[in-house]
Parts: sequence; C-alpha cells; structure tokens
Amino acid sequence: MTAPFLQSDTIASWGRVVRASHRVARPRFADELAALITADEDGPALPIGLRRSYGDSNLNPDGRVIDMTGLDRLIAFDRETGIMQAEAGLSLSQALQILVPAGWFLPTTPGTRFVTLGGAVANDVHGKNHHSAGSFGASVTRLRLLRTDGSAHELAPGDPLFHATIGGLGLTGPIEWVEFRATRIPSAQLDAQDTEFTHVRDYFDIAAEAHALCEHTMAWIDCTSGGARLGRGVLSAANWSPHGDLQPHREEPKRAIPVDAPGFALSRLTVGAFNSVFHELKRMRTGPFRTHYEPFLYPLDKIANWNRLYGRDGFYQYQCVLPPPTARAGVEELLKVIAASGQASFLAVLKDFGAHAPVGLLSFPMEGTTLALDFRNLGDRTLSLMADLDRIVLSAGGRLYPAKDGRISPAMFAAGFPKLQDFRVYVDPGLSSAFWRRAAG
Amino acid sequence: MQAQASATVKASNRVVVLGALSAIAISAARLYAKEGAALVLVARNQQRLDALAADLRARGAALVETAAMDLEAEAMNAPEHMVDWKRRLGGLDHVHLIYGYLGTQAQASASTAELARITASNYASAVQWCEAAANIFRTQKSGSLVAVSSVAGDRGRQSNYAYGAAKGGLALYVQGLAHSLAPTGARAVVVKPGFVDTPMTDGMKKGGPMWASPDQVGRILRRAADKGGPIQYAPGKWRLVMMIVRSVPAFVFHKTKV
Repeated sequence: MTAPFLQSDTIASWGRVVRASHRVARPRFADELAALITADEDGPALPIGLRRSYGDSNLNPDGRVIDMTGLDRLIAFDRETGIMQAEAGLSLSQALQILVPAGWFLPTTPGTRFVTLGGAVANDVHGKNHHSAGSFGASVTRLRLLRTDGSAHELAPGDPLFHATIGGLGLTGPIEWVEFRATRIPSAQLDAQDTEFTHVRDYFDIAAEAHALCEHTMAWIDCTSGGARLGRGVLSAANWSPHGDLQPHREEPKRAIPVDAPGFALSRLTVGAFNSVFHELKRMRTGPFRTHYEPFLYPLDKIANWNRLYGRDGFYQYQCVLPPPTARAGVEELLKVIAASGQASFLAVLKDFGAHAPVGLLSFPMEGTTLALDFRNLGDRTLSLMADLDRIVLSAGGRLYPAKDGRISPAMFAAGFPKLQDFRVYVDPGLSSAFWRRAAG
Repeated sequence: MQAQASATVKASNRVVVLGALSAIAISAARLYAKEGAALVLVARNQQRLDALAADLRARGAALVETAAMDLEAEAMNAPEHMVDWKRRLGGLDHVHLIYGYLGTQAQASASTAELARITASNYASAVQWCEAAANIFRTQKSGSLVAVSSVAGDRGRQSNYAYGAAKGGLALYVQGLAHSLAPTGARAVVVKPGFVDTPMTDGMKKGGPMWASPDQVGRILRRAADKGGPIQYAPGKWRLVMMIVRSVPAFVFHKTKV
C-alpha cells in the first residue's frame, strides 16, 4: 500500500517567507519509496526532512514533496566501532539519544538537532568543530540513493554520484539510508571557556589560538554596534570533558513560541537590548566552566518554533564564507554595512572553517571565516541590503550557503560554486526545488 | 545468542505487541527497546517487521522476535500463539493490542463485507487475543494487557458508528477483564486515544490542540502497562471531552453532523 500525495498548505521552510501549496507523501516504510518516486504524476518531486533549511531549497511550490521523516529506523549500530546505519528520516536528535549513552557522538552537528540524516547529507552540514572534524559528509561511509528512473545505488566515497549527493540539496535522488562514523566521547559534558573581544578585528587572533587547543569553537557577535565596538563579541571554545556521565539531552523542548510574534517584537531597539543583555551575561562568566552539550551546541533548540519570533512575514538568513586572505577586511566591511543599515540581526555567528577538502561538489564549507545572521523580512529594504552584502562577498571570493538562501541570483550562485556545471549532470530529472529553478535554472 | 540475550532481560519486561507496525506501536516498542526489553512483534508484513526488529535491537532491545500473520485470521488460534510467544520470551509480562481498522461508515453501510471487516478487526478478533493474554496473566497472577480502543467508542455517531461500536465493545470487554483479573494482581487496561497523526488518519484535516502525536500516545501505552486505572484516555483531556459528548441529549446531538 502506497501513501498517496495529499494536498497541504502547511509546508514551509524555517524562514517562512514563502507560503505555498504542496502535494505531500509521508511514507512510513522504505519499501513505499520506490513507488512514490516513480509515480506517474505531473511535475518533479523533492524529498524533504525536518525543514530547517531557511530559504527555498526544501520547497517545491505547487509540486510534490516526499516527507522523509517517517523513515526513521535504525538499521544497525555497532557500539564497539561507532558505525551507525539508519534511514534518512532519522533526526540527529534521535540519533544522539542512542549514540550518547553508548559513549558516541555525531561526528559534527549543526546548531539544531532537529535535522534529518538525509538533510545533514544533502546540505553537507557543518558545526562548531569544522576546523577539526570537517563537514558531516566527511564521516559518511556509505549511503543508498534512489533515482526516479527506478534504479537504486549503494554509494561510497570515491563514487562520483556519492560526491554529487553530499551537499546535493536532495536533487540527485531520495536518500534511503545513510551510514556514518560516530566520534568517541568520554562524557556528555564539555569543558568550555568564553573569551570576550571588543572589536571584530581581535576575533581572528583569538580564534586561531582557540583552534589549536579546542575541538569546538564559535563566536557570537553583536551586529548592532559600530565604530570602536564594531562586531564586539564572545568566542566560546570547548573540549569534551573527561568528567561526567553519558546522559543524553531531554528530547522535548521546554518552551515553545505558540504563535507568530507581533511586528514590534523584534524591532531594532529590542534586538539591541537583547544583544546587550546577552553580552553582559557572557562577560560575567569568566574562567572555564563545564556544561552539558545541549545548551552549548543547541542553544536555540530549547525554544520550539523560535522562528515565529520574526512574525508573520518571516525572515531571511544570510550565511557566507570568505577565504583567509580576504576574511578580515571582508567581515569588517560586511559588519559595517549591516550596522549602518539598522536592520539588526537577532543572532550573528562567526566561525572559522578548517582547510579540509570539500566532500561534495556543492559543499558549502571551504577554508576561511563564515558569518551567519538573520534579517527579519521587510521586503525590498531587506533584499537590497542583502544584495549589497552579496557584492562584498563576491569581490572577496566568497560564497553563500544554499541551505540558508532564499533569493540568491544565478550569477552569485555560479560564482561561489565552481563545480556547479559538474553537478548538473547528476541532478535527477524527476526532482527539483524552488531554489534550484531560481538559482540554477 | 538469543538465549543469552533473553537471560539479561528484566523479568518485568517481556512484551508482545499485536499490530506492531502501526505508528503508535512503533513509538511504544521503542520505549521498551530503550529499557532493554524482550519483544515479540506481530503484524502482517515480514519485511517491515524485520526492519522494525533491526531498529529496536539497535536501540537496545535485548531480544526481538517477529511473527508475521493476519491477526484477524489467526484469532481462533490465539491461545496457542500466546503460549508460544511466552515460551520464546521466557515469560510474559505485557501484551499490547494495537491493531485495528478504521474504514468508513459509508462503505460499512453499503457493504456487508466492509461491515464484517470492521467488526472482525476491531472487536471479534481483538477479544480473542485479549482473552488469551488474560488467561495467561490470570494463571501466573501477574502481567498486564493494554488494548487500544478509541474515543469513537464512547458514543454512537452517524459518521463512524461501525468503527465506534466495535471499539466500544472492545473497551467493555477489557473493562470486564480488568474486573475479573483484579483479585489476581494482574491488570487489564483499555486506552482510548483521540485524534492521532498517523497514516490511519491521513486524509483528515490535521493539526490543532486536539491532535496528538504517535509518540505521545506511545508513552501513555507504555505507562499504562505499569500503572493507572482500567480506562485511560490518550491524552487525558479526552476524558472530560467525552464526558461532555456523552451527556449531550439526543434532541440536541441529532441536530449535529459529528
């Protein structure tokens, strides 16, 4: 029995800018997939997961999507070697519930655990330990890919279709299962330390020093301040602690944003105040401290649906990476433009990527410094600000993260991803997304 | 190896799941797996049972066995199967009856075969499995039966009285079993879920405060195996809702379309 495609108006990406209608299939067993993707229906389909991508890479308006989250079964987990094989719809959160008590952790994790394994592969996600572990794709040992022509492929590193699928935005075919190598942890606790910097120019030296000593690093910065305090912030660095037990996180978020926030909730003043308070709190925490991984790695997962804070019109996220030679000047220039725009960002994150060779043809991480921040959707004003930022990123030789993007131009996409032409060959003709039609069409 | 694994199972955690491939059953079975339980999974599709068994083993279940069968067709052999599963598990502590068939009232009214299927699946076969489990628990003076009924069984309504009557009948049967087991220390519980977001309800308009996730109901089933009264609503707020629904007088109720 095959689950049918049902009409739904509730499919949205994390940024919630696009409201569109989809026909949705929700398979519960892997044997339903083949019939779904080869279904004789109009238009291309798109496999989707927990929809944490911000823009439109996980949308296929007026078309079909296959919600993979029902395919969440473990196939094998070797507690001795840390090799885990699971269906692509398993969330990282669920994977951790099983990994952590056995003394293992995800090889790397994005800032939310509500991401599927398939999504982690399709966006080749990165985390605070990129400088040490590389992107998620670097730890994938095998995966099974289905194609809409009915074929199935078990792929491993070295296979060209494997490298197209890592970071391939779900366009090379639905991923049935993923096998990856987990990382040993001595406890579920991290030994962490915060270091404050009063200007973004100081970030780079502090970060370089932290990378040599710590597996996890990232910096929060305040985008509302300019001048002598441009990009002031706090760098957090941590290593797994040898002390503590192997207790995983609580599965359910404690708090939720039940409805869309009214428009004034995130005005410049309130965001500035939020960032200031946050800054003071961080400043007071001097010296090393021990923390469970959950608040350190997943600070926002404590609040379900925090994206609703941005109100009914939604928001954009802007994430770029600039290569080492241009990163210092480029990041400063970006922050100046953002501070001057008054379109303050709720959260801004600064992080250095290591020099790992990219695993996927469209992998976002490359050596350099990545800056990520949110902009509430104010229409043309916001789009024009981001276009200004694009010009800085382009001239610095940087690129933007497709998982975060909802408005990039084809030229900007092509300039950032030199292997885009190689990738096109591997796109399944039966699949597409709003992002793909807009940015690569 | 299986014998070795079952030796490590706690004596209170040997479980049979009837209708193991439903979304609610999978949620409940995963809670047992995390506790290191031993399980027999029963449903029709062997391939899917194998996939679920692998999942539960990887999540920590000490032993997972499968039995592929049509639970309606096999109901007359329920006592023999139940004894066999108890033997395979090295004992029997909990039996969860979760399978059922929703169908539609329109088809049930038009087709004797459809009406028979709804009645057989949700009532006639179900009570055979319940009685077989209860007989074992009665003899051993321990164990719990947890059967899934539905809030639809609390009042006959024009939109689903075939399903509702069968589930309501099952609820009465299990209530009676609870009474009969009470002196022995064994338990029987009927759980009545409201709207649950599962493949069974695909096609209905979902979302809002009255809809529960399979995980929510799965947690209630797992807990019901250990404690609580003989009739449990899932989630609990349905007890109040159904009390109100039951008390609406017919001359008012008959003007509604529910």
